[in-house]
Amino acid sequence: MDEPEKIPLSALQHWRYCPRQCGLIHLEQVFDDNVHTLRGQAVHAKVDQPGVETAKGVRVERALPLWHDELGLVGKSDVVEFLAGGVPYPVEYKHGSRNKAADIAACDDLQLAAQGMCLQAMTGKTVNEGALYYATSKRRRVVAITEQLRADVAQTADAIRQMLASGELPPPLVGEQATKRCKACSLLERCQPQATHAGLIAARSALFDPDA
Amino acid sequence: MQLLNTLYVTTADTYLRLDNDTLRVEVEQETRLRVPLHHLSAVVCFGHTGLSAPLMHRLAEGGIALVLLDDNGRFKARLEGAVTGNVLLRQAQFGRVADPAFTLDMARACVAGKIKNTRQVLQRGAREAKSEDEAQVLTRLADDLAASLRALTEATSLDVLRGIEGEAARQYFIGLNLLVRPESRAVFQMDGRTRRPPRDRFNAMLSFLYSMWMNDCRSALEAAGLDPQVGFLHALRPGRAALALDLMEEFRPWADRLALTLINRGQLTADDFVLREGGGVLLEPDARKAVVVAYQERKRDEINHPLLAQSVPLGLVPLVQARLMARALRDDGAPYVPFVAK
Repeated sequence: MDEPEKIPLSALQHWRYCPRQCGLIHLEQVFDDNVHTLRGQAVHAKVDQPGVETAKGVRVERALPLWHDELGLVGKSDVVEFLAGGVPYPVEYKHGSRNKAADIAACDDLQLAAQGMCLQAMTGKTVNEGALYYATSKRRRVVAITEQLRADVAQTADAIRQMLASGELPPPLVGEQATKRCKACSLLERCQPQATHAGLIAARSALFDPDA
Repeated sequence: MQLLNTLYVTTADTYLRLDNDTLRVEVEQETRLRVPLHHLSAVVCFGHTGLSAPLMHRLAEGGIALVLLDDNGRFKARLEGAVTGNVLLRQAQFGRVADPAFTLDMARACVAGKIKNTRQVLQRGAREAKSEDEAQVLTRLADDLAASLRALTEATSLDVLRGIEGEAARQYFIGLNLLVRPESRAVFQMDGRTRRPPRDRFNAMLSFLYSMWMNDCRSALEAAGLDPQVGFLHALRPGRAALALDLMEEFRPWADRLALTLINRGQLTADDFVLREGGGVLLEPDARKAVVVAYQERKRDEINHPLLAQSVPLGLVPLVQARLMARALRDDGAPYVPFVAK
């Protein structure tokens, strides 16, 4: 039998931002770049090279492979700092600045918490904290990996797995969320959120009316 | 979404090579042009063009389509990488083509898009007609097309649908003759659509323009992850890009309009065509170049897309439509709606 599908850690962040974006990337297997994704790639150019550094007594691993068999997660951490006693401390690099809107920041928190859970499962050490590093503002934001966040990770992983198994693309965002998030999304043109079901059905019925 | 350039190489005995990250065009070992690769979405070569293997690798890597056509613009080959994308989408496409109700529905939409757009060509012609008589004839033909459009909803089989389409096309081509300015009519009269080979100058231009639209529709479908051979209105036949032909129907009137513009502005004249023994008519090489340039310029025109409520360069509309097609194939709640200009 096939083992359950492994879900990339990045998918959690995509799902929280927009389930349809997650479906387009992980189900439809498409990806388009825009200025935001290109900035993101530039930020990751440094941390994507595997390697180890030691600075001020802290061992730093870059591009460390991560996994969590029980949750079926796989991925890679930008940076993991190993603190005294070998406790891992994940740091995820993001472009932009620290003052992200709370709902956008929550997407990053989820991804970081999932990294912490992977590291905990891999090393046996309890991981209660990590940080997001924002390249534009050069600031770190410490994130506590709470029970609530851990539950959210498990729940999100389940939702994604169900979506992938169904093969069905989730609908586009609507309302205020769409207004805020779609314009920054590189998949806007593929997603075509403006062409709603209702709009398509109306346009289809007008198609056979010569004067419509 | 950015409309990148397509490089059309029409000059015979041209050689293309990679030069750092630019494409270098050489004629008789002399550099004629350098194009940065990041400005290109496709390279289309007519007839005798040579190109280097490193360039082919680089085009494949950058996702830049390489298309080889014969001298008359007929498709020969394209350079393509590994099959990727969404296998579920292709599976849905194959399933849909086996479903008669869906096939009829999709075919109906394609024909409707074509008839609606052709009708607009005639209506505009009627408004701009110099003589009252001709305006009346054009208006009557446009009314006939309106009747064909309404009749589509009653068509219960593909054969009936194709019959309506054929009759509508016949009426439309009668009207098209009246849209040629009177001084050019002696040279550019057509007696219906002829092909392989085209038998008059108008048809020679249409064949050439249709083959370019066809290539763009085919690329758009491939970019959307669809199989361009598996279509609905057009029957499956080995070697035929049936879905690309389906998608192209709604764009034919755009090609027709461009042909009319070229004739009516005097950009093409009788001398731009070769009349072959037996009656076939072909475009002269320089005229082909003029048509390609006009087509490229036309693709830059911003068009309002009613469904997306935004303006899109005409050259990207096939991609927008291919994505809507992909959606209709995957999603029961999203019927396909062809592009109809307002």
